[in-house]
Amino acid sequence: MKGYLGIDVGSVSTNIVIIDAHNRVLKGLYLRTRGRPLETIKQGLQQISDSLPPNLTVCGTGTTGSGRHLAGVMIGADVIKNEITAHAVAASTVVPDVQTVMEIGGQDSKIIILRQGVVTDFAMNTVCAAGTGSFLDQQASRLNIDITDFGTLALQSSNSVRIAGRCTVFAESDMIHKQQMGHNLSDITNGLCEALVRNYLNNVGKGKEILAPIMFQGGVAANTGIRAAFNKALHMEVVVPEHYHIMGGIGAAQLAKEEIELTKKTTRFKGFNITSLDYKTSSFECDGCPNACEIAEILENGKVIGRWGSRCNRWDILEVE
Amino acid sequence: MPNKVINKVTFPHMGESFRAFKMLLEDLGNEVILPPRPSRKTLDLGVQYAPEFACLPLKILLGTYMETAQKGANLIVTSGGVGPCRAGQYAQLHKAILSEQGYDMDMVVFEPPKLYPLDFIRNVRKLNVARLSYRAVYQCIKRSWRKLKALDSLEKYTHVIRPREQQTGVTSRIYKDVLAWIDQANSIKEIKEAENAGLNELQKIPQDQYRIIVKVGLVGEIYVLLEPASNLEIEETLGNLGVEVERSMFLTGWTVDNTIKETTELLNAKDAASPYLPEMVGGHGRDSVGHTILYSQRGFDGVIQLAPFTCIPEIVAKTVLNTVGKEYNMPILTFFLDEQTGKAGIATRLEAFVDLMKRKQKFRTSTANS
Repeated sequence: MKGYLGIDVGSVSTNIVIIDAHNRVLKGLYLRTRGRPLETIKQGLQQISDSLPPNLTVCGTGTTGSGRHLAGVMIGADVIKNEITAHAVAASTVVPDVQTVMEIGGQDSKIIILRQGVVTDFAMNTVCAAGTGSFLDQQASRLNIDITDFGTLALQSSNSVRIAGRCTVFAESDMIHKQQMGHNLSDITNGLCEALVRNYLNNVGKGKEILAPIMFQGGVAANTGIRAAFNKALHMEVVVPEHYHIMGGIGAAQLAKEEIELTKKTTRFKGFNITSLDYKTSSFECDGCPNACEIAEILENGKVIGRWGSRCNRWDILEVE
Repeated sequence: MPNKVINKVTFPHMGESFRAFKMLLEDLGNEVILPPRPSRKTLDLGVQYAPEFACLPLKILLGTYMETAQKGANLIVTSGGVGPCRAGQYAQLHKAILSEQGYDMDMVVFEPPKLYPLDFIRNVRKLNVARLSYRAVYQCIKRSWRKLKALDSLEKYTHVIRPREQQTGVTSRIYKDVLAWIDQANSIKEIKEAENAGLNELQKIPQDQYRIIVKVGLVGEIYVLLEPASNLEIEETLGNLGVEVERSMFLTGWTVDNTIKETTELLNAKDAASPYLPEMVGGHGRDSVGHTILYSQRGFDGVIQLAPFTCIPEIVAKTVLNTVGKEYNMPILTFFLDEQTGKAGIATRLEAFVDLMKRKQKFRTSTANS
């Protein structure tokens, strides 16, 4: 049986997915990156390979997310794609006529506009992360509630409390103020959900034509309070796909499948045994010119297999094909 | 014998244009202190001494001037500006900041000669250390102008070749060699020869004829368009992603518009923009709108707008471009650049933008075939 592997390495979460030739998800893992992408990928691949059906062969691999290059050289990826394309591809497989994709992850949020299956416009948050998952994470710990209970708590609210959501720090002061005024916890959590949605629509979604069907994906889509706030603000029902939290990985796997089918090449995947290899990263400042680029490199068993960060080709490594 | 004051001249670094300016200023008898290619050090210096909300070009130029002052430069040649854009005031502001920091530098500011002809002559006199005749000065200008044109035409050609090159990086490498040839050429004949040889050499680069190429127009503010160090080498990055870039602005085009007569191209851009933006908003705001429309009429796949953060003319243009993009069904991506801009963020957005255009093109051809 043919399978395709997709890995999405994000700031907060890493997801690893295996799909079959009909784009069905065979395995999906959602792990916290915790600032250690290499370890997380290794651990995830180990978990996946332990539970795979024995007759499955990986025929293509794709990586996406902010750590896509790192993951790409590590596993030997056939495609290394940005997360916008990956999310759009995954969304349009689940709902073929999708016109809007809203994705809220740990530290970035994006909106993707599709028409007739083709991405026509997109936006990502630029200068501020106040409308993202980390924001909710922080406020939850501030309120001493578990992030998984956040949504249910918000749904119990009967009275909406308006919280300034433009900036994380001000939101916090506003929230403390509301607590001290005597508003109850469920109203405050609901207020936070509405603040995040308002912030997202006014920032990332500004000037975009949001048409149904609307998909809502990314880790934050788990939060029922946010879903409800979106429905209320948009006067439309947002669709949360079954695999909302691993859509990036699914997209990467699909892109890998497309690439392999198109080019008829064999995969560059190094195999699951890479989990036993030793991976290290290191970085240094280049002294070649006043730009002082920060060069990062990844080593596999002591040998450099990838480098990033330079503005010239001084540190390029020749690819051994 | 009293020491004769020698002009140690420097000027803003804008792409490869320094090669032509260096020749001209040396011909006129000046010692030239070449501005270094703007680096992080340049920007750090600029950011440290410039007002926080000044735009990126002001900061980079300030950093450049400080770096050259440390190498002994005592005279800055720069351009002024007209209309409601802060750049017109920058020369004076630079001078004030530099003198506050203890750098005693003189400035020659070229305003558009169309508006200030006397000023222009006075400035030329100041730089004509060799006391050449007007006729000889004219010849010098003509030659350096020819060099500038050669530089522009070579650069334009790399934008066509780079996306099609079979081996990544070859175009940039050969372009570097070719620029050295231009550097060594002095007479008009030599410059023409070097230009032709350069174009030939670039043409010989092995190309992939079957690659899907998308065409993107670059619009925006002049400095961030012309200086690759300020836009994180966006043209090279796009070229490597398989994008043929056409920039709406080149130094030769801009100079013609502001010295002699307006080129037909710019008139067109103005006409094209007028239904959407009838007013001059300063800087190159209206040009950005006009060129976007022209690119769209010529069947380009997308437009990228580059602007310094807090640049009012381009902010106005961006707002107008929302409507233009919708009406012309043209994908437009805007980057506001400043010292905080990270290359990773830009690369992700560019990649996604290129994917968007390529998929759209595939979709168009597949529906046309069915």
